[in-house]
Amino acid sequence: MLVLAALWGLWEGYRWLWMREAWTWPFRVDSTSMPHLHSIFGALWSSARPGGVGPRLITILFHAALFTAKEAAVGFALGAVLGFVLGALLAHFQILARGFLPWVVASQTVPILVVAPMVVVWLNPKLPGRFQDWGAVAVIAAYLTFFPVTINTIRGLRSADRRALELMRSYAAGNWRILWKLRFPAALPYIFAALKISATASVVGAIIGELPSSIQDGLGGQIINYSQYYTTQPTGLWATNVVAAALGITFFLAVLITEKLVVRRAPENVA
Amino acid sequence: MSVVLIKDVTKRFGETTALQGIDLVVEPGEFVSLIGPSGCGKSTLLRIIGDLIQPTTGTATVNGKTARQARMDRDYGIVFQDAVLYDWRTVVKNIALPLELASWDRRRRAAKVKEMLELVELTGFENHYPWQLSGGMQQRVSIARALSFDPALLLMDEPFGALDEMTRERLNMELLQIWQASGSTVVFVTHSIAEAVFLSTRVVVMSPRPGRISNMISIDLPQPRTATTREDAHFFELVTEVREALHLGHDLERAPA
Repeated sequence: MLVLAALWGLWEGYRWLWMREAWTWPFRVDSTSMPHLHSIFGALWSSARPGGVGPRLITILFHAALFTAKEAAVGFALGAVLGFVLGALLAHFQILARGFLPWVVASQTVPILVVAPMVVVWLNPKLPGRFQDWGAVAVIAAYLTFFPVTINTIRGLRSADRRALELMRSYAAGNWRILWKLRFPAALPYIFAALKISATASVVGAIIGELPSSIQDGLGGQIINYSQYYTTQPTGLWATNVVAAALGITFFLAVLITEKLVVRRAPENVA
Repeated sequence: MSVVLIKDVTKRFGETTALQGIDLVVEPGEFVSLIGPSGCGKSTLLRIIGDLIQPTTGTATVNGKTARQARMDRDYGIVFQDAVLYDWRTVVKNIALPLELASWDRRRRAAKVKEMLELVELTGFENHYPWQLSGGMQQRVSIARALSFDPALLLMDEPFGALDEMTRERLNMELLQIWQASGSTVVFVTHSIAEAVFLSTRVVVMSPRPGRISNMISIDLPQPRTATTREDAHFFELVTEVREALHLGHDLERAPA
């Protein structure tokens, strides 16, 4: 709460000072470049179209957010599973890790804006009707999700105590048993640290994925839409940003709550 | 049949010789302590008996089988200096871990764990997590886990080394009671002369560079041992004997070969 109040004060104070002094660096402040916060939130509750007709902006954005959330959630699940399996394979086979890991890292240096349209072009014709368009976006979200999960799964699976492994040997446990009863639980805090990063990344991935695939139903479509009308209606874009951020936070919180339920550790050991 | 039969074992790590020419026989029901200064290879020897590492030359036989076969048959219970409990498992589930791996069914597991909790006096802490227990209690859980599947041989690597003197002496007593009740064989690594003498039927004195057995001392203190054993004149004689044997080993090392 305090942080929210401080942020509000910062925004409005900055705005007030720059307008009073008419400073133009780094940019000129007016109601277009930095609308009042209350007008941004006010815009959410007023009608989307000028003139007061049609549904409220928040209703439109809420439906857009739901659509994007579907893409991001499917992408997140896909990326998390893929990331874990890849991480487990790389952790188990040292040779694979040495050959593969640089390529996994390289995959993330390719700008997502380049990958996104290609994924849409490749996948969309193959997707069954139910997944048309948004399925490709989910894959793009998965592309951003899997990387942190893979890296942390490798680290986590290797983090098991050496003596704990020796105990497992003394119980004559096989590799699968050791993986599920020791390595995987030991890796969970690492994996959840990655899932928290991935949760927000999957939302960003979904929004970016919507842009080249010209999907109008999600937040990405709304962002394109309101950037076009920015000079006349700046609050629309800001309001869309607020909703997009809220969606990201929701994803993050969902992972956080799951972690609290799943990972039972000493308080100081929770990542 | 001897429980442990070590024959002419040598272990090298690269250039350094950790163990050289080790011969050791442990009979059923014995409590044998390995004592010696750091670097004398006592933990290495314990690990060879438990098939956690392999000797460079020589053989380790346990219950008439190769050490590896004995490990596959779950003949060992191991206790380390740290309890090495699994953080994500409660006390009950930690103790039950070897039983799960040995595919015991749920009811048999529960009964055995209950029995173990009584043995190490941790009844009432079933659903605590390891980090909610003191160091001494954690080590008791670790002992219960090692004993849960009735291993023929208990291997203990400085199990009480990280505990305070009071807790250590109390756990010494508990360990002796458990050992007598279960009739298992124990190989015990320690730094403490008094602990070795108090617990053991035999103390194996080792000396470093290269690690070798320099002396064996039978501890003929009467059984069962009690708190007054530590005040017995013969107890002090034996402590002195072990101490002198340790120093002798040390001097051996210094003297030109």
